[in-house]
Amino acid sequence: MLQWALDALLGLGLLWLAWCALMSPNLLKAIVLFVAFGLLMALAWVRLDAPDIALAEAAIGAGLTGALLLAALARLRFAYADEETVGSPAQEEAKVRFPQWLPAVPLLLVVAGLGYVVLSLPPYATGLSTEVTANLESSGVSNPVTAVLLNFRGYDTLLELVVLLVALLGVWSLDGLALGRETAPGPVLDTLSRFLTPVFILVAAYLLWVGAHAPGGAFQAGSVLGAAGVLLLLAGWRFRAGLTELPLRLVLVAGPGAFVIVALVTMLMEGQLLEYSPEQASILILFLETTATFSIGATLAALFFGGRPQDDKEHT
Amino acid sequence: MSTVFLYALVGVVLFSLGLYALIVHAHLLRKILAINVMGSGVFLVLVALAKRTGEDTPDPVPHAMVITGIVVAVSATALALTLMLKLTAETGNAELPEDSRE
Repeated sequence: MLQWALDALLGLGLLWLAWCALMSPNLLKAIVLFVAFGLLMALAWVRLDAPDIALAEAAIGAGLTGALLLAALARLRFAYADEETVGSPAQEEAKVRFPQWLPAVPLLLVVAGLGYVVLSLPPYATGLSTEVTANLESSGVSNPVTAVLLNFRGYDTLLELVVLLVALLGVWSLDGLALGRETAPGPVLDTLSRFLTPVFILVAAYLLWVGAHAPGGAFQAGSVLGAAGVLLLLAGWRFRAGLTELPLRLVLVAGPGAFVIVALVTMLMEGQLLEYSPEQASILILFLETTATFSIGATLAALFFGGRPQDDKEHT
Repeated sequence: MSTVFLYALVGVVLFSLGLYALIVHAHLLRKILAINVMGSGVFLVLVALAKRTGEDTPDPVPHAMVITGIVVAVSATALALTLMLKLTAETGNAELPEDSRE
């Protein structure tokens, strides 16, 4: 009974926070509420027995997405503060051009239809869990989610790393933005970032290693590394001149590159793309996860930074 | 079993709330927020339904898909925000223009 009350409260809290975030007249408030929504989502994942997703959501959904949104809002306000057209809070108020209830009518039908479909599903369905459990022995890891991500459906993860890289290429090709004010970090941020960065790196390494048999893995570790990068960037740290060109690009493509090489080698040796032999699976997964962690961390931090790093040097 | 459908229905409503905000708002940053809420709703439905195994351990395949989805969502958000900033730099306005047919 108590658990049911907790679930109901969490569900209502999620809906309320989402509504407030989407309808808040102030954009800054909307983003802060969205971050709170992400943290509550992490709790919901724990309630749904999905600790792997909870870790990813807490680091990415709440942390990095919030940082990205806040940075974008700051750039929006910085670039157009003089014109008083976009930057002023009055202009950011939720504008509605037609009666607000008008789209609500078909959307209530959408809710009813989707709700009916969800409720008409059978209450028990094993899905693919029996197949995963049966083959977990030969996957090289004992955490089923890692086994699915890196072994059974490895091509999903390969393509996902490519998506990350393509998104970064897109951001880099849209260069030439107002990068916002460069403010010197206060003593608190400066000191905190020095203390926290080693902790972040340690946590990332732990998550990477523990992912083989418990919740964790490359995505969680990579997003913690990315968060460390965001913190360093906020504290005013920049790439040293020689590191922005080739070394940064090598780190960015290490994950997808290693994946493609392993995929081709396993295809030649075993006949199928990303089909590991059970003896080597464990070490191959650790190798792939390590390179993926570095690439994900670097890509997320670079996405936060925005423009191509070496261009920034020319501007300043 | 009711937990599963409770969270799945919350996911459905979240998706619809996001869709509503996506239609109603003109500001692009609000539209990006709305798409993120819609995505969270979809993830919630997927993971809630993965719990229907009747055992202690839920189906790990949707879990892996959602982790992939979260990372893809954040990269798509970063690209969308950059596009928004670029559009604002070009037009001086972070909102979509009015329909010219009006």
